Amino acid sequence: MTSLPATSPSRRLGLVIDLDICVGCHACAVNCKEWNAGGAVAPLTDIDPYGSEPDGVWFNRVHTYEVSDGTAGRTVHFPRSCLHCAQPACVTVCPTGASYKRSEDGIVLINEELCIGCKLCSWACPYGAREFDRDAGVMKKCTLCIDRIYNETFAPEDRVPACVATCPASARHFGDLGDPGSAVSRLVADRGGYDLMPEMEYAPTNKYLPPRPCKDGKDGVSALEPAPSQAPKGLLGWLDRLLSSES
Amino acid sequence: MHPSLSVIFFTTLSGAGYGLLALTGILAPLGAVPQDRRFGLAALAVALALIAAGLLSSLFHLGRPERAWRAFSQWRSSWLSREGVAAVITFVPALAFAGVWIFGGAVSAILGFLAAAGAITTVVCTGMIYRSLKPIPRWHNRWVVPNYVALAGMTGSAWLLLLARLDQVQPLLPLLALAATAAAAILKAAYWRSIDAPAPSPTAGSATGLGRLGTVRLFEAPHTSDNYLLKEMGFRIARKHAAKLRRIVLISGFVAPALLFCIALVTSGALAALPALVAAALMMLGVFVERWLFFAEAQHVVTLYYGGSPA
Repeated sequence: MTSLPATSPSRRLGLVIDLDICVGCHACAVNCKEWNAGGAVAPLTDIDPYGSEPDGVWFNRVHTYEVSDGTAGRTVHFPRSCLHCAQPACVTVCPTGASYKRSEDGIVLINEELCIGCKLCSWACPYGAREFDRDAGVMKKCTLCIDRIYNETFAPEDRVPACVATCPASARHFGDLGDPGSAVSRLVADRGGYDLMPEMEYAPTNKYLPPRPCKDGKDGVSALEPAPSQAPKGLLGWLDRLLSSES
Repeated sequence: MHPSLSVIFFTTLSGAGYGLLALTGILAPLGAVPQDRRFGLAALAVALALIAAGLLSSLFHLGRPERAWRAFSQWRSSWLSREGVAAVITFVPALAFAGVWIFGGAVSAILGFLAAAGAITTVVCTGMIYRSLKPIPRWHNRWVVPNYVALAGMTGSAWLLLLARLDQVQPLLPLLALAATAAAAILKAAYWRSIDAPAPSPTAGSATGLGRLGTVRLFEAPHTSDNYLLKEMGFRIARKHAAKLRRIVLISGFVAPALLFCIALVTSGALAALPALVAAALMMLGVFVERWLFFAEAQHVVTLYYGGSPA
Protein backbone atom coordinates (compact mmCIF):
# COMPACT_ATOMS: atom_id res chain seq x y z
CA MET A 1 0.00 0.00 0.00
CA THR A 2 1.60 3.24 -1.09
CA SER A 3 -0.40 5.45 1.23
CA LEU A 4 1.83 6.47 4.13
CA PRO A 5 1.26 4.92 7.58
CA ALA A 6 -1.73 6.63 9.23
CA THR A 7 0.25 7.41 12.35
CA SER A 8 3.86 8.45 12.06
CA PRO A 9 6.13 5.65 13.24
CA SER A 10 7.35 6.08 16.83
CA ARG A 11 10.66 4.51 15.88
CA ARG A 12 12.46 6.27 13.05
CA LEU A 13 15.56 4.30 12.20
CA GLY A 14 18.14 6.15 10.20
CA LEU A 15 21.70 7.32 9.81
CA VAL A 16 23.65 10.29 11.06
CA ILE A 17 26.60 11.13 8.83
CA ASP A 18 29.40 13.27 10.19
CA LEU A 19 30.83 15.39 7.38
CA ASP A 20 33.56 16.64 9.74
CA ILE A 21 34.97 13.14 10.02
CA CYS A 22 34.28 11.51 6.63
CA VAL A 23 37.57 11.02 4.79
CA GLY A 24 35.96 10.07 1.45
CA CYS A 25 37.44 6.56 1.32
CA HIS A 26 34.26 5.09 -0.30
CA ALA A 27 34.42 2.08 2.03
CA CYS A 28 30.74 2.61 2.98
CA ALA A 29 29.72 2.55 -0.69
CA VAL A 30 31.83 -0.52 -1.43
CA ASN A 31 30.67 -2.50 1.59
CA CYS A 32 27.07 -1.52 0.80
CA LYS A 33 27.50 -2.92 -2.70
CA GLU A 34 29.23 -6.02 -1.32
CA TRP A 35 26.54 -6.78 1.24
CA ASN A 36 23.53 -6.01 -0.91
CA ALA A 37 24.86 -7.76 -4.00
CA GLY A 38 24.52 -10.95 -1.97
CA GLY A 39 21.71 -10.02 0.44
CA ALA A 40 17.93 -9.79 0.32
CA VAL A 41 17.79 -7.43 -2.68
CA ALA A 42 20.49 -9.18 -4.74
CA PRO A 43 21.65 -8.88 -7.40
CA LEU A 44 22.71 -5.27 -7.83
CA THR A 45 23.33 -5.55 -11.52
CA ASP A 46 26.51 -4.18 -13.07
CA ILE A 47 26.57 -3.39 -16.77
CA ASP A 48 29.96 -3.47 -18.52
CA PRO A 49 31.79 -3.55 -15.15
CA TYR A 50 35.28 -3.90 -16.66
CA GLY A 51 34.67 -1.77 -19.77
CA SER A 52 35.26 1.89 -20.41
CA GLU A 53 31.71 2.93 -19.43
CA PRO A 54 30.85 0.86 -16.37
CA ASP A 55 27.33 1.31 -15.01
CA GLY A 56 25.45 -0.38 -12.24
CA VAL A 57 23.18 -0.14 -9.24
CA TRP A 58 24.65 1.30 -6.04
CA PHE A 59 22.73 2.43 -2.96
CA ASN A 60 25.44 4.69 -1.68
CA ARG A 61 27.55 7.21 -3.58
CA VAL A 62 30.32 9.42 -2.18
CA HIS A 63 30.62 12.89 -3.71
CA THR A 64 33.42 15.31 -2.91
CA TYR A 65 32.83 19.05 -2.82
CA GLU A 66 35.05 22.07 -2.55
CA VAL A 67 33.46 24.69 -0.33
CA SER A 68 34.86 28.19 -0.36
CA ASP A 69 33.81 31.37 1.44
CA GLY A 70 36.16 33.45 -0.69
CA THR A 71 39.20 33.15 1.57
CA ALA A 72 40.03 29.58 2.49
CA GLY A 73 38.56 26.59 0.63
CA ARG A 74 37.91 23.23 2.19
CA THR A 75 37.21 19.79 0.84
CA VAL A 76 34.12 17.98 2.13
CA HIS A 77 33.37 14.34 1.39
CA PHE A 78 29.66 13.70 1.14
CA PRO A 79 28.10 10.21 1.18
CA ARG A 80 24.61 10.19 -0.38
CA SER A 81 22.05 7.44 0.14
CA CYS A 82 18.34 7.02 0.90
CA LEU A 83 17.25 9.33 3.73
CA HIS A 84 14.14 7.26 4.64
CA CYS A 85 12.02 10.43 4.63
CA ALA A 86 8.95 10.95 6.80
CA GLN A 87 7.12 12.32 3.72
CA PRO A 88 8.50 10.14 0.92
CA ALA A 89 6.82 11.08 -2.36
CA CYS A 90 8.66 8.10 -3.91
CA VAL A 91 6.18 5.93 -1.97
CA THR A 92 2.96 7.80 -2.69
CA VAL A 93 3.58 8.08 -6.46
CA CYS A 94 4.02 4.29 -6.81
CA PRO A 95 1.06 2.95 -8.81
CA THR A 96 1.41 -0.70 -7.79
CA GLY A 97 1.98 -0.71 -4.04
CA ALA A 98 5.54 -1.95 -4.52
CA SER A 99 6.94 1.02 -2.60
CA TYR A 100 6.04 1.31 1.04
CA LYS A 101 7.08 2.89 4.30
CA ARG A 102 7.14 0.53 7.25
CA SER A 103 4.92 1.64 10.11
CA GLU A 104 7.10 -0.02 12.77
CA ASP A 105 10.43 1.71 12.05
CA GLY A 106 9.92 4.14 9.15
CA ILE A 107 12.18 2.26 6.71
CA VAL A 108 11.24 2.85 3.04
CA LEU A 109 11.36 -0.35 1.00
CA ILE A 110 10.44 -1.78 -2.43
CA ASN A 111 8.65 -5.07 -2.90
CA GLU A 112 10.38 -6.18 -6.07
CA GLU A 113 7.66 -8.73 -6.79
CA LEU A 114 5.15 -5.90 -7.33
CA CYS A 115 7.40 -3.34 -9.06
CA ILE A 116 6.62 -2.71 -12.74
CA GLY A 117 9.75 -0.58 -13.31
CA CYS A 118 7.90 2.61 -14.32
CA LYS A 119 10.73 4.70 -12.75
CA LEU A 120 8.27 7.30 -11.43
CA CYS A 121 9.62 6.88 -7.86
CA SER A 122 13.10 7.83 -9.05
CA TRP A 123 11.63 10.97 -10.62
CA ALA A 124 9.90 11.77 -7.32
CA CYS A 125 13.06 11.46 -5.18
CA PRO A 126 15.12 14.68 -4.91
CA TYR A 127 18.06 12.77 -3.46
CA GLY A 128 18.70 10.21 -6.20
CA ALA A 129 18.14 7.34 -3.80
CA ARG A 130 16.40 5.03 -6.26
CA GLU A 131 18.07 3.39 -9.20
CA PHE A 132 16.61 1.27 -11.97
CA ASP A 133 18.06 -2.21 -12.40
CA ARG A 134 17.98 -2.64 -16.18
CA ASP A 135 18.61 -6.35 -15.89
CA ALA A 136 15.86 -7.11 -13.37
CA GLY A 137 13.48 -4.46 -14.78
CA VAL A 138 12.68 -3.17 -11.29
CA MET A 139 13.73 -0.30 -9.04
CA LYS A 140 16.22 -0.84 -6.22
CA LYS A 141 17.08 1.20 -3.17
CA CYS A 142 18.78 1.23 0.22
CA THR A 143 17.02 -1.03 2.72
CA LEU A 144 18.92 0.34 5.72
CA CYS A 145 20.29 -3.23 5.69
CA ILE A 146 17.06 -4.61 7.04
CA ASP A 147 18.60 -8.08 6.67
CA ARG A 148 21.39 -7.10 9.08
CA ILE A 149 19.79 -4.84 11.67
CA TYR A 150 17.18 -7.42 12.70
CA ASN A 151 19.39 -10.45 12.06
CA GLU A 152 19.47 -12.47 15.26
CA THR A 153 22.24 -14.72 13.99
CA PHE A 154 24.52 -11.67 14.23
CA ALA A 155 26.18 -10.53 17.44
CA PRO A 156 24.27 -7.46 18.72
CA GLU A 157 27.15 -5.10 17.87
CA ASP A 158 27.04 -6.26 14.24
CA ARG A 159 23.31 -5.47 13.80
CA VAL A 160 24.00 -2.20 12.02
CA PRO A 161 23.92 -1.32 8.30
CA ALA A 162 26.94 -2.45 6.30
CA CYS A 163 28.01 1.16 5.61
CA VAL A 164 28.09 1.90 9.35
CA ALA A 165 29.86 -1.34 10.25
CA THR A 166 32.66 -0.72 7.78
CA CYS A 167 33.35 3.02 8.19
CA PRO A 168 36.99 3.16 9.34
CA ALA A 169 36.62 6.72 10.62
CA SER A 170 33.34 6.21 12.54
CA ALA A 171 31.74 8.97 10.52
CA ARG A 172 28.44 7.05 10.24
CA HIS A 173 26.02 6.38 13.09
CA PHE A 174 22.89 4.26 13.11
CA GLY A 175 20.00 4.54 15.53
CA ASP A 176 16.47 5.64 16.35
CA LEU A 177 15.98 9.28 15.42
CA GLY A 178 12.42 9.17 16.74
CA ASP A 179 13.74 8.76 20.29
CA PRO A 180 15.08 12.12 21.53
CA GLY A 181 17.23 10.34 24.11
CA SER A 182 19.02 8.03 21.66
CA ALA A 183 22.74 8.45 20.99
CA VAL A 184 22.09 9.55 17.41
CA SER A 185 19.44 12.11 18.46
CA ARG A 186 21.80 13.56 21.06
CA LEU A 187 24.55 13.75 18.45
CA VAL A 188 22.20 15.65 16.12
CA ALA A 189 21.20 18.03 18.91
CA ASP A 190 24.81 18.65 20.06
CA ARG A 191 26.32 19.17 16.62
CA GLY A 192 23.48 20.97 14.80
CA GLY A 193 22.59 18.06 12.52
CA TYR A 194 20.53 19.15 9.53
CA ASP A 195 18.21 17.95 6.73
CA LEU A 196 19.19 17.97 3.05
CA MET A 197 17.00 20.20 0.84
CA PRO A 198 14.48 21.02 3.61
CA GLU A 199 12.57 23.20 1.10
CA MET A 200 11.41 20.00 -0.65
CA GLU A 201 9.45 19.16 2.54
CA TYR A 202 10.22 15.43 2.40
CA ALA A 203 11.31 15.53 6.08
CA PRO A 204 14.33 13.22 5.78
CA THR A 205 15.07 10.93 8.72
CA ASN A 206 18.83 10.78 8.06
CA LYS A 207 20.76 13.79 9.33
CA TYR A 208 24.10 15.27 8.36
CA LEU A 209 26.51 16.81 10.88
CA PRO A 210 28.25 19.91 9.47
CA PRO A 211 32.03 20.20 9.27
CA ARG A 212 33.35 22.05 12.32
CA PRO A 213 34.40 25.65 11.68
CA CYS A 214 37.87 26.35 10.30
CA LYS A 215 40.30 27.90 12.75
CA ASP A 216 42.12 29.98 10.15
CA GLY A 217 45.39 28.19 10.76
CA LYS A 218 45.57 29.43 14.37
CA ASP A 219 45.07 25.97 15.77
CA GLY A 220 48.61 24.70 15.30
CA VAL A 221 51.80 24.78 13.35
CA SER A 222 51.38 25.78 9.72
CA ALA A 223 52.66 23.13 7.40
CA LEU A 224 54.77 25.64 5.49
CA GLU A 225 56.50 27.29 8.45
CA PRO A 226 60.26 27.13 7.81
CA ALA A 227 62.28 24.85 10.05
CA PRO A 228 64.47 26.77 12.55
CA SER A 229 67.95 27.17 11.06
CA GLN A 230 70.88 25.85 13.03
CA ALA A 231 74.31 27.12 12.26
CA PRO A 232 76.66 24.16 11.67
CA LYS A 233 79.53 23.72 14.14
CA GLY A 234 83.07 22.29 14.04
CA LEU A 235 84.78 21.44 10.78
CA LEU A 236 81.56 21.86 8.76
CA GLY A 237 80.96 25.20 10.44
CA TRP A 238 84.47 26.38 9.56
CA LEU A 239 83.94 25.26 5.90
CA ASP A 240 80.52 26.96 5.85
CA ARG A 241 81.94 30.25 7.10
CA LEU A 242 84.86 29.98 4.71
CA LEU A 243 82.62 29.37 1.66
CA SER A 244 79.98 31.91 2.71
CA SER A 245 82.51 34.71 3.08
CA GLU A 246 83.76 34.09 -0.45
CA SER A 247 81.72 36.85 -2.04
CA MET B 1 14.86 14.53 -18.06
CA HIS B 2 15.53 11.85 -20.64
CA PRO B 3 12.82 12.07 -23.33
CA SER B 4 11.42 8.54 -23.40
CA LEU B 5 9.88 7.83 -26.81
CA SER B 6 7.30 5.41 -25.41
CA VAL B 7 5.98 8.07 -23.03
CA ILE B 8 6.01 10.75 -25.75
CA PHE B 9 4.04 8.49 -28.13
CA PHE B 10 1.66 7.63 -25.31
CA THR B 11 0.86 11.20 -24.25
CA THR B 12 0.58 12.59 -27.79
CA LEU B 13 -1.49 9.74 -29.29
CA SER B 14 -3.71 9.15 -26.28
CA GLY B 15 -4.02 12.90 -25.80
CA ALA B 16 -5.37 13.29 -29.35
CA GLY B 17 -7.62 10.24 -28.87
CA TYR B 18 -9.09 11.54 -25.62
CA GLY B 19 -9.51 14.99 -27.17
CA LEU B 20 -11.40 13.48 -30.10
CA LEU B 21 -13.49 11.30 -27.78
CA ALA B 22 -14.38 14.22 -25.50
CA LEU B 23 -15.31 16.53 -28.39
CA THR B 24 -17.37 13.83 -30.11
CA GLY B 25 -19.06 12.91 -26.83
CA ILE B 26 -20.05 16.54 -26.23
CA LEU B 27 -20.76 17.75 -29.79
CA ALA B 28 -22.65 14.75 -31.17
CA PRO B 29 -25.55 15.01 -28.67
CA LEU B 30 -25.66 18.75 -29.42
CA GLY B 31 -25.99 18.02 -33.13
CA ALA B 32 -22.82 19.90 -34.07
CA VAL B 33 -21.24 16.95 -35.92
CA PRO B 34 -22.72 14.55 -38.50
CA GLN B 35 -25.24 12.23 -36.85
CA ASP B 36 -25.05 9.28 -39.26
CA ARG B 37 -23.68 5.92 -38.16
CA ARG B 38 -20.77 6.08 -40.56
CA PHE B 39 -19.40 9.20 -38.89
CA GLY B 40 -19.99 7.74 -35.43
CA LEU B 41 -18.02 4.68 -36.40
CA ALA B 42 -15.18 6.71 -37.91
CA ALA B 43 -14.83 9.21 -35.04
CA LEU B 44 -15.07 6.70 -32.21
CA ALA B 45 -12.95 4.04 -33.92
CA VAL B 46 -10.17 6.56 -34.56
CA ALA B 47 -10.42 7.96 -31.00
CA LEU B 48 -10.29 4.53 -29.38
CA ALA B 49 -7.52 3.37 -31.73
CA LEU B 50 -5.38 6.41 -30.83
CA ILE B 51 -6.04 5.82 -27.13
CA ALA B 52 -5.26 2.12 -27.35
CA ALA B 53 -2.09 2.72 -29.39
CA GLY B 54 -0.92 5.23 -26.82
CA LEU B 55 -1.66 2.96 -23.88
CA LEU B 56 0.16 0.07 -25.56
CA SER B 57 3.12 2.35 -26.25
CA SER B 58 3.27 3.29 -22.56
CA LEU B 59 3.85 -0.36 -21.69
CA PHE B 60 7.22 -0.21 -23.46
CA HIS B 61 8.35 2.28 -20.83
CA LEU B 62 7.99 -0.36 -18.12
CA GLY B 63 10.75 -2.65 -16.91
CA ARG B 64 8.16 -5.39 -16.22
CA PRO B 65 5.21 -4.74 -18.61
CA GLU B 66 3.59 -8.07 -17.75
CA ARG B 67 2.82 -6.67 -14.31
CA ALA B 68 1.16 -3.49 -15.65
CA TRP B 69 -2.25 -4.55 -14.28
CA ARG B 70 -0.91 -3.96 -10.78
CA ALA B 71 -0.87 -0.22 -11.54
CA PHE B 72 -4.66 -0.02 -11.06
CA SER B 73 -4.39 -0.63 -7.32
CA GLN B 74 -2.98 2.56 -5.74
CA TRP B 75 -5.45 5.20 -6.96
CA ARG B 76 -5.73 6.54 -3.41
CA SER B 77 -2.24 8.08 -3.53
CA SER B 78 -0.76 7.81 -7.02
CA TRP B 79 -1.66 9.96 -10.04
CA LEU B 80 -0.17 7.31 -12.33
CA SER B 81 -2.53 4.74 -10.87
CA ARG B 82 -5.46 7.18 -11.15
CA GLU B 83 -4.57 7.73 -14.79
CA GLY B 84 -4.64 3.98 -15.42
CA VAL B 85 -7.98 3.55 -13.65
CA ALA B 86 -9.51 6.55 -15.46
CA ALA B 87 -8.22 5.27 -18.81
CA VAL B 88 -9.83 1.87 -18.34
CA ILE B 89 -13.10 3.18 -16.87
CA THR B 90 -13.46 5.62 -19.79
CA PHE B 91 -13.66 2.67 -22.18
CA VAL B 92 -17.02 1.64 -20.63
CA PRO B 93 -19.12 4.72 -21.55
CA ALA B 94 -17.06 5.23 -24.73
CA LEU B 95 -17.80 1.72 -26.04
CA ALA B 96 -21.44 1.96 -24.95
CA PHE B 97 -21.75 5.37 -26.65
CA ALA B 98 -20.21 3.89 -29.82
CA GLY B 99 -22.41 0.78 -29.68
CA VAL B 100 -25.66 2.67 -29.22
CA TRP B 101 -24.73 5.09 -32.01
CA ILE B 102 -23.36 2.60 -34.55
CA PHE B 103 -25.78 -0.29 -33.98
CA GLY B 104 -28.79 1.55 -32.58
CA GLY B 105 -28.49 4.69 -34.70
CA ALA B 106 -29.12 6.87 -31.63
CA VAL B 107 -26.71 9.44 -30.18
CA SER B 108 -26.95 9.10 -26.39
CA ALA B 109 -26.29 12.36 -24.58
CA ILE B 110 -25.72 10.66 -21.20
CA LEU B 111 -23.17 8.19 -22.58
CA GLY B 112 -21.48 10.88 -24.68
CA PHE B 113 -21.07 13.23 -21.73
CA LEU B 114 -19.84 10.38 -19.51
CA ALA B 115 -17.25 9.38 -22.11
CA ALA B 116 -16.16 13.02 -22.40
CA ALA B 117 -15.86 13.34 -18.62
CA GLY B 118 -13.75 10.17 -18.49
CA ALA B 119 -11.51 11.41 -21.30
CA ILE B 120 -10.91 14.79 -19.65
CA THR B 121 -10.29 13.14 -16.26
CA THR B 122 -7.67 10.84 -17.80
CA VAL B 123 -5.79 13.73 -19.42
CA VAL B 124 -5.91 15.72 -16.17
CA CYS B 125 -4.42 12.70 -14.37
CA THR B 126 -1.65 12.53 -16.99
CA GLY B 127 -0.84 16.18 -16.40
CA MET B 128 -0.95 15.70 -12.62
CA ILE B 129 1.68 12.95 -12.80
CA TYR B 130 4.15 15.61 -13.94
CA ARG B 131 2.64 18.52 -12.02
CA SER B 132 2.99 16.69 -8.71
CA LEU B 133 6.75 16.08 -8.97
CA LYS B 134 8.46 18.67 -6.77
CA PRO B 135 12.02 17.60 -7.64
CA ILE B 136 11.50 18.71 -11.26
CA PRO B 137 10.84 22.48 -11.01
CA ARG B 138 9.81 22.86 -14.67
CA TRP B 139 7.11 20.21 -14.26
CA HIS B 140 5.97 21.31 -10.81
CA ASN B 141 4.31 24.23 -12.55
CA ARG B 142 0.70 25.42 -12.58
CA TRP B 143 0.62 25.62 -16.38
CA VAL B 144 1.37 21.91 -16.90
CA VAL B 145 -2.16 20.49 -16.42
CA PRO B 146 -3.88 23.23 -18.51
CA ASN B 147 -1.28 22.56 -21.22
CA TYR B 148 -1.97 18.83 -21.31
CA VAL B 149 -5.73 19.39 -21.48
CA ALA B 150 -5.49 22.17 -24.08
CA LEU B 151 -3.13 20.23 -26.36
CA ALA B 152 -5.37 17.15 -26.15
CA GLY B 153 -8.37 19.31 -27.06
CA MET B 154 -6.48 20.99 -29.89
CA THR B 155 -5.26 17.76 -31.52
CA GLY B 156 -8.67 16.17 -30.96
CA SER B 157 -10.37 19.09 -32.73
CA ALA B 158 -8.03 18.68 -35.73
CA TRP B 159 -8.90 14.99 -36.00
CA LEU B 160 -12.60 15.74 -35.60
CA LEU B 161 -12.48 18.30 -38.40
CA LEU B 162 -10.63 15.87 -40.67
CA LEU B 163 -13.11 13.03 -40.07
CA ALA B 164 -16.13 15.30 -40.49
CA ARG B 165 -14.66 16.73 -43.69
CA LEU B 166 -14.30 13.28 -45.21
CA ASP B 167 -18.05 13.02 -44.79
CA GLN B 168 -19.47 16.48 -45.42
CA VAL B 169 -18.68 20.14 -44.77
CA GLN B 170 -19.43 21.34 -41.24
CA PRO B 171 -18.86 25.11 -40.91
CA LEU B 172 -18.62 25.07 -37.11
CA LEU B 173 -15.69 22.67 -36.87
CA PRO B 174 -12.92 24.80 -38.47
CA LEU B 175 -13.87 27.59 -36.05
CA LEU B 176 -13.73 25.16 -33.15
CA ALA B 177 -10.31 23.89 -34.24
CA LEU B 178 -9.09 27.45 -34.65
CA ALA B 179 -10.29 28.42 -31.16
CA ALA B 180 -8.77 25.28 -29.59
CA THR B 181 -5.46 25.96 -31.33
CA ALA B 182 -5.40 29.58 -30.19
CA ALA B 183 -6.18 28.59 -26.60
CA ALA B 184 -3.48 25.91 -26.58
CA ALA B 185 -0.92 28.29 -28.12
CA ILE B 186 -1.60 30.87 -25.40
CA LEU B 187 -1.25 28.27 -22.65
CA LYS B 188 1.94 26.87 -24.19
CA ALA B 189 3.41 30.39 -24.39
CA ALA B 190 2.45 30.97 -20.75
CA TYR B 191 4.25 27.73 -19.79
CA TRP B 192 7.40 28.70 -21.67
CA ARG B 193 7.37 32.18 -20.18
CA SER B 194 6.92 30.68 -16.73
CA ILE B 195 9.83 28.22 -16.97
CA ASP B 196 12.12 30.86 -18.50
CA ALA B 197 11.57 33.23 -15.57
CA PRO B 198 14.04 32.88 -12.71
CA ALA B 199 12.36 31.07 -9.82
CA PRO B 200 13.58 30.03 -6.39
CA SER B 201 14.82 26.47 -6.52
CA PRO B 202 17.17 24.30 -4.49
CA THR B 203 20.90 24.90 -4.91
CA ALA B 204 24.02 22.81 -4.41
CA GLY B 205 24.24 24.66 -1.10
CA SER B 206 20.84 23.43 0.15
CA ALA B 207 21.22 20.00 -1.46
CA THR B 208 24.38 19.33 0.53
CA GLY B 209 23.63 21.69 3.42
CA LEU B 210 27.15 23.06 2.92
CA GLY B 211 25.91 26.40 1.61
CA ARG B 212 26.33 27.78 5.16
CA LEU B 213 30.10 27.45 4.72
CA GLY B 214 30.39 29.14 1.34
CA THR B 215 30.07 28.37 -2.35
CA VAL B 216 29.73 24.65 -3.07
CA ARG B 217 31.48 23.22 -6.14
CA LEU B 218 31.69 19.58 -7.17
CA PHE B 219 35.33 18.55 -6.79
CA GLU B 220 35.07 14.85 -7.51
CA ALA B 221 32.09 12.84 -8.76
CA PRO B 222 31.32 9.49 -7.11
CA HIS B 223 31.82 7.55 -10.34
CA THR B 224 33.74 7.96 -13.56
CA SER B 225 30.96 7.25 -16.08
CA ASP B 226 27.26 8.13 -16.19
CA ASN B 227 24.96 6.10 -13.94
CA TYR B 228 21.18 5.64 -14.09
CA LEU B 229 20.59 8.97 -12.36
CA LEU B 230 22.62 10.96 -14.87
CA LYS B 231 21.27 9.09 -17.90
CA GLU B 232 17.63 9.40 -16.78
CA MET B 233 17.62 12.73 -14.94
CA GLY B 234 20.69 14.56 -16.20
CA PHE B 235 19.60 14.79 -19.83
CA ARG B 236 19.95 18.35 -21.02
CA ILE B 237 19.50 20.14 -24.27
CA ALA B 238 21.53 23.13 -25.44
CA ARG B 239 19.61 26.38 -25.08
CA LYS B 240 20.05 27.23 -28.78
CA HIS B 241 18.57 23.86 -29.83
CA ALA B 242 15.69 24.38 -27.43
CA ALA B 243 14.98 27.78 -29.01
CA LYS B 244 15.02 26.24 -32.49
CA LEU B 245 12.74 23.38 -31.43
CA ARG B 246 10.32 25.84 -29.82
CA ARG B 247 10.06 27.60 -33.18
CA ILE B 248 9.34 24.26 -34.87
CA VAL B 249 6.60 23.59 -32.30
CA LEU B 250 5.17 27.06 -32.79
CA ILE B 251 5.01 26.77 -36.58
CA SER B 252 4.19 23.08 -37.02
CA GLY B 253 1.92 22.73 -33.98
CA PHE B 254 0.07 26.03 -33.96
CA VAL B 255 0.63 28.59 -36.74
CA ALA B 256 0.49 26.39 -39.86
CA PRO B 257 -2.54 24.36 -38.64
CA ALA B 258 -4.32 27.62 -37.74
CA LEU B 259 -3.77 28.96 -41.27
CA LEU B 260 -5.01 25.67 -42.73
CA PHE B 261 -8.12 25.83 -40.53
CA CYS B 262 -8.77 29.29 -42.01
CA ILE B 263 -8.49 27.77 -45.50
CA ALA B 264 -10.84 24.98 -44.39
CA LEU B 265 -13.40 27.65 -43.49
CA VAL B 266 -13.73 28.67 -47.13
CA THR B 267 -13.19 25.38 -48.99
CA SER B 268 -15.88 22.96 -50.05
CA GLY B 269 -16.36 20.06 -52.41
CA ALA B 270 -13.87 17.31 -53.13
CA LEU B 271 -10.83 19.18 -51.82
CA ALA B 272 -12.45 20.18 -48.53
CA ALA B 273 -10.68 17.49 -46.52
CA LEU B 274 -7.18 18.34 -47.75
CA PRO B 275 -6.38 21.33 -45.49
CA ALA B 276 -7.77 19.41 -42.52
CA LEU B 277 -5.57 16.42 -43.34
CA VAL B 278 -2.39 18.50 -43.65
CA ALA B 279 -3.27 20.46 -40.50
CA ALA B 280 -3.78 17.28 -38.46
CA ALA B 281 -0.48 15.78 -39.67
CA LEU B 282 1.53 18.96 -39.00
CA MET B 283 -0.10 19.40 -35.61
CA MET B 284 0.70 15.85 -34.47
CA LEU B 285 4.32 16.41 -35.51
CA GLY B 286 4.44 19.74 -33.66
CA VAL B 287 2.93 18.27 -30.50
CA PHE B 288 5.36 15.35 -30.68
CA VAL B 289 8.28 17.81 -30.70
CA GLU B 290 6.58 19.80 -27.94
CA ARG B 291 6.38 16.70 -25.75
CA TRP B 292 10.01 15.82 -26.46
CA LEU B 293 10.97 19.35 -25.42
CA PHE B 294 8.81 19.12 -22.29
CA PHE B 295 11.15 16.35 -21.14
CA ALA B 296 14.41 17.69 -22.56
CA GLU B 297 14.02 21.13 -20.98
CA ALA B 298 13.19 19.80 -17.51
CA GLN B 299 16.02 19.29 -15.05
CA HIS B 300 15.85 17.20 -11.91
CA VAL B 301 17.25 18.58 -8.64
CA VAL B 302 19.36 15.42 -8.16
CA THR B 303 21.71 16.89 -10.79
CA LEU B 304 22.70 19.45 -8.12
CA TYR B 305 24.74 16.70 -6.47
CA TYR B 306 26.61 16.29 -9.75
CA GLY B 307 27.40 19.95 -10.30
CA GLY B 308 24.31 20.67 -12.42
CA SER B 309 21.73 23.40 -12.08
CA PRO B 310 18.02 22.63 -12.46
CA ALA B 311 15.52 25.36 -13.41
